[in-house]
Amino acid sequence: MSKILVVAEHAEGKLNAGVAKVIAAATPIGGEVHVLVLAADGASVAAEAAKLAGVTKVLVADNAAHATPIAANLAPSVVEVAAGYTHVLFPGTTFGKDVAPRVAAKLGVPQVSDVMAVHSATSFDKPIYAGNAITTVETPAGTMVATVRLASFTAVAATGSAAIEKVSVATVAAAHTRYKGLEAQKSARPDLQSAAKVVSGGRALGSSENFKVIFDFADKIGAGVGASRAAVDSGYVPNDMQVGQTGKIIAPSLYFAIGISGAIQHLAGIKDAKVIVAINKDADAPIFEVADIGLVGDLFTLVPELQAKM
Amino acid sequence: MKAIVSVKRVVDYNVRIQVKPDGSGVVTDGVKHSMNPFDEIAMEEAVRLKEKGKITEIIAVTMGGAKNEETLRTALAFGATKAIHIKEEGEIQPLTAARAFAAVFKKEGASLFIAGKQAIDDDANQTGQMLAALLDLPQATFAGKVSIEGNVATVVREVDAGLETLEIDLPAVITADLRLNEPRYLKLPDIMKAKRIPIEAVTLADLGVTAAAAVKVIKTTPPPSRSKGVMVKTVDELVAALKAKGLA
Ligand SMILES: Cc1cc2nc3c(=O)[nH]c(=O)nc-3n(C[C@H](O)[C@H](O)[C@H](O)COP(=O)(O)OP(=O)(O)OC[C@H]3O[C@@H](n4cnc5c(N)ncnc54)[C@H](O)[C@@H]3O)c2cc1C
Ligand SMILES: Nc1ncnc2c1ncn2[C@@H]1O[C@H](COP(=O)(O)O)[C@@H](O)[C@H]1O
Repeated sequence: MSKILVVAEHAEGKLNAGVAKVIAAATPIGGEVHVLVLAADGASVAAEAAKLAGVTKVLVADNAAHATPIAANLAPSVVEVAAGYTHVLFPGTTFGKDVAPRVAAKLGVPQVSDVMAVHSATSFDKPIYAGNAITTVETPAGTMVATVRLASFTAVAATGSAAIEKVSVATVAAAHTRYKGLEAQKSARPDLQSAAKVVSGGRALGSSENFKVIFDFADKIGAGVGASRAAVDSGYVPNDMQVGQTGKIIAPSLYFAIGISGAIQHLAGIKDAKVIVAINKDADAPIFEVADIGLVGDLFTLVPELQAKM
Repeated sequence: MKAIVSVKRVVDYNVRIQVKPDGSGVVTDGVKHSMNPFDEIAMEEAVRLKEKGKITEIIAVTMGGAKNEETLRTALAFGATKAIHIKEEGEIQPLTAARAFAAVFKKEGASLFIAGKQAIDDDANQTGQMLAALLDLPQATFAGKVSIEGNVATVVREVDAGLETLEIDLPAVITADLRLNEPRYLKLPDIMKAKRIPIEAVTLADLGVTAAAAVKVIKTTPPPSRSKGVMVKTVDELVAALKAKGLA
């Protein structure tokens, strides 16, 4: 029987929405599913985690070393708690990607990155080559560490009521790493990773002023906003809006790619979108090969018109 | 102060990946290979740190078969001062690579290790973090900006929520994200000069490293293909098509 430990990501006392998707990936493995909350004061996060359907217990390890998300401090705590677990799962976010390999290395076990399907307790699917191939892998004996590709799973409901248990870990904050802060874009728009609709703009926007066309349209339809790497590199929008192989991987019901050519690295981030709409002035742009609905023309006239008509 | 940069040979990022019909993997024979793009960025960063006088030596390290020598030649053309080839045929687990790099790091007495944030073949995003764990060193992954003053590196990290800043004491491991820099174009004389620099070859056994237990690949399949969509001619048609799908 498996015993699964899911490491909870959280910020400002709130559980990250991705954790409910990790639980969805953990459930088919079978067995107990415990959530580990590492925080300075994890009470509110633990209460949220306890409600996730399928969670059998929440462990809260309050420790001053957990006050900021420093991998060198969190990994030893996970390793301490992980004894006796068959699986240690993390969300496939920058948080999970930062901490999980550090845990795997300390446990001396390999890690499976970006689990997208669970066949059994030891067999999983994961993408390689920016999602242009999928491998089915078999993990060796011993604890398995993995990150979960969030776009592949549907969040479990908040209908549970698991017990919450305090645990203590011996971790002392390492002096060698100092957290200096987070520069976060505060936005009232839906979160890119959980939004049902997303509108993304590419290099074609030409400037941050012009990107307003994308924001205005997104606001009209209540969508989150994303961007191609070219738009981010050119400084039109901040890095946390990048969608793709090395940015965010998303699975909205409706995705608009506007002035985006459709490079494989961008497509890697949107393969799970239900409906892809592309607007591009080049009829031969590769984005049209994957778009469900394509419209050829100048975005600066088409998008405002679309905004007015939707 | 010595820096080590890991450089992996991967299928070039422009190549359209083909899955072998028998499911045994992707076609790599006769396909263009290059240095992993994130490792080019790591190399460039090391060269810039050397140009600024922050480090004095750059050791490029790769692990893989005979052809990885090309990747080391590229690293030498960038400005690596030494190149180490850890010879290993076949699949390499990130944990095995991390163990080998840890051994090289200790042997060389280096102060900084810069890796790419992920290799674009396995997309694992593990090796740098594993290396840091094995050496009990601080890590700053997904670096978008690095500045070094004395023994302290200030790293701006690209995280989901925005930009996070960490201050870490050297020795340390940093992994490079896309916006850290734009790698320079290599000049022909540098490429020619790089051909004459000797490469040090070692094996895992030489390094006293044992391979990690492997995650076995059972089969490789192409991703589910999206069915071909429709082209519309006007915004009105687009709105109608969305309405038909219940999306407008
Ligand atoms: C290792 C690696 C990782 C990468 N990761 C990512 C990633 O995560 N995400 C990502 O997006 N990219 C990524 N890239 C970059 C990727 O290869 C492309 O360079 C990038 O996606 C291109 O962005 P773009 O489509 O906006 O720009 P372009 O390719 O320049 O396309 C612009 C498009 O806009 C159209 N256009 C221009 N003007 C108009 C107009 N007025 N109206 C309508 N259409 C117009 C053009 O026809 C063109 O198709 C990565 C690259 C590498 C090497
Ligand atoms: N076989 C290898 N040879 C050289 N560098 C490697 C190798 N494997 C991993 N790396 C380094 O580790 C980074 C992350 O790789 P990965 O964990 O496989 O995604 C790469 O960008 C390289 O810098």
